[in-house]
Amino acid sequence: MTRTPFASDLSVVGCHTCGLVCERVDTPGRDVQCPRCGATLHQRRPHGFARAWALLVAAIICYIPANVLPVMHSSLLGRGSSSTIMEGAVEFWTSGSYGIAFVIFIASVAVPCAKFLILGLLLFTSQRRSRWATRERAKLYRLVEFVGYWSMLDVLVVAVVAALVQFQGLTDISPRVGILFFGMVVIFTMLAAMSFDPRHIWDGEINGGVE
Amino acid sequence: MNIYPHLVACEHCDSVYRRCTLAAGEVARCRRCDAVLERANPLDADRWLALTMATAVVFLIANVCPIVRISLNGTYRQATLWEFAWALAQGSVAPLAIVAGLVMILVPLAQITLLTWVLSYARVGRRAPGFARALRALAILRPWSMVEVAIFGILVAIIKLVSLVDVTLGAGVWATAALMVLLTVIAHRDLSALWDQTEDESALRRGGAA
Repeated sequence: MTRTPFASDLSVVGCHTCGLVCERVDTPGRDVQCPRCGATLHQRRPHGFARAWALLVAAIICYIPANVLPVMHSSLLGRGSSSTIMEGAVEFWTSGSYGIAFVIFIASVAVPCAKFLILGLLLFTSQRRSRWATRERAKLYRLVEFVGYWSMLDVLVVAVVAALVQFQGLTDISPRVGILFFGMVVIFTMLAAMSFDPRHIWDGEINGGVE
Repeated sequence: MNIYPHLVACEHCDSVYRRCTLAAGEVARCRRCDAVLERANPLDADRWLALTMATAVVFLIANVCPIVRISLNGTYRQATLWEFAWALAQGSVAPLAIVAGLVMILVPLAQITLLTWVLSYARVGRRAPGFARALRALAILRPWSMVEVAIFGILVAIIKLVSLVDVTLGAGVWATAALMVLLTVIAHRDLSALWDQTEDESALRRGGAA
């Protein structure tokens, strides 16, 4: 055999927790535990597609209020103003901090939108057992896993600014509900990426692609 | 059930390979999907534990010392990591304060504690009580530890504020930066190797009695 075997070809299963390769035992209706660490052994994460789709849809829904509602309210000498995420990035841009405006834009707009598209694409193609660009799709998944949590940047910036700027009566900055929705977008997309089992990307190639 | 400790399965595509011994600095990659199969860990348990203790000290400083201080018209305000998280505990945003507290403070704390526990036994080749659960918890916690994002958030916030107020850095920001580096060194490692480096004492005793 010239091609590298899949675990299912050899009738083994790798433990997702400790990495031990165990014999595959089929006991319908009962969980099989890893003899070394006691974690439940799965060929694939259970209900991965359903969970990932549900979390992805939840994240996309939360992304709308996250962008429309204000994330911060600042009152300078009695004059109050609220700003959304995009307004924050634009403010940096117009004040000449192009670098920071770019970073904010990447972290709060480009990364979440790219995550929605990539996760949607991975879920869609894997469910159809597509054999298209498997290696590239596997790399996309690892990219999503790697950059996912950087979107939390906006939430923490709001936290730092709101904690510092509290001069009673003079200047005061406080968080607004938009940032809660944005935090939920980040958490939901991270959970969606974790629920999706990247081994599904290769499902179309098992048994040489022949059903 | 048969087990095959000489095999390794790729977590990302389920390809199975024969395990090979890696020299320091070497990385085994999957031929099919290019994911990392195994990474040689240049730290033995003793050094790993020593670095974990250093991380604990830095963590303590990062939590106690103020991170940034701003002043406006003669009055000043400074804040620690805890106050950053607490600032979100207002009205409808409040649940986010828990999230911020977790990702900046509590998850790193849990990682340091669990690693100290596991490694202090592993350095003498033993498995700590709750070894399997601790390793599983460490794997779950890893993606939720966001000290590096916090550092970046602090920097962006400083740039945001520097045109309005005077900003001075506190000792806490250096400690947090050091925490970011050390936490990456101690927590982003292949934990599964610890299974091979330690012996299960209760199994040994059972084996001896039989």
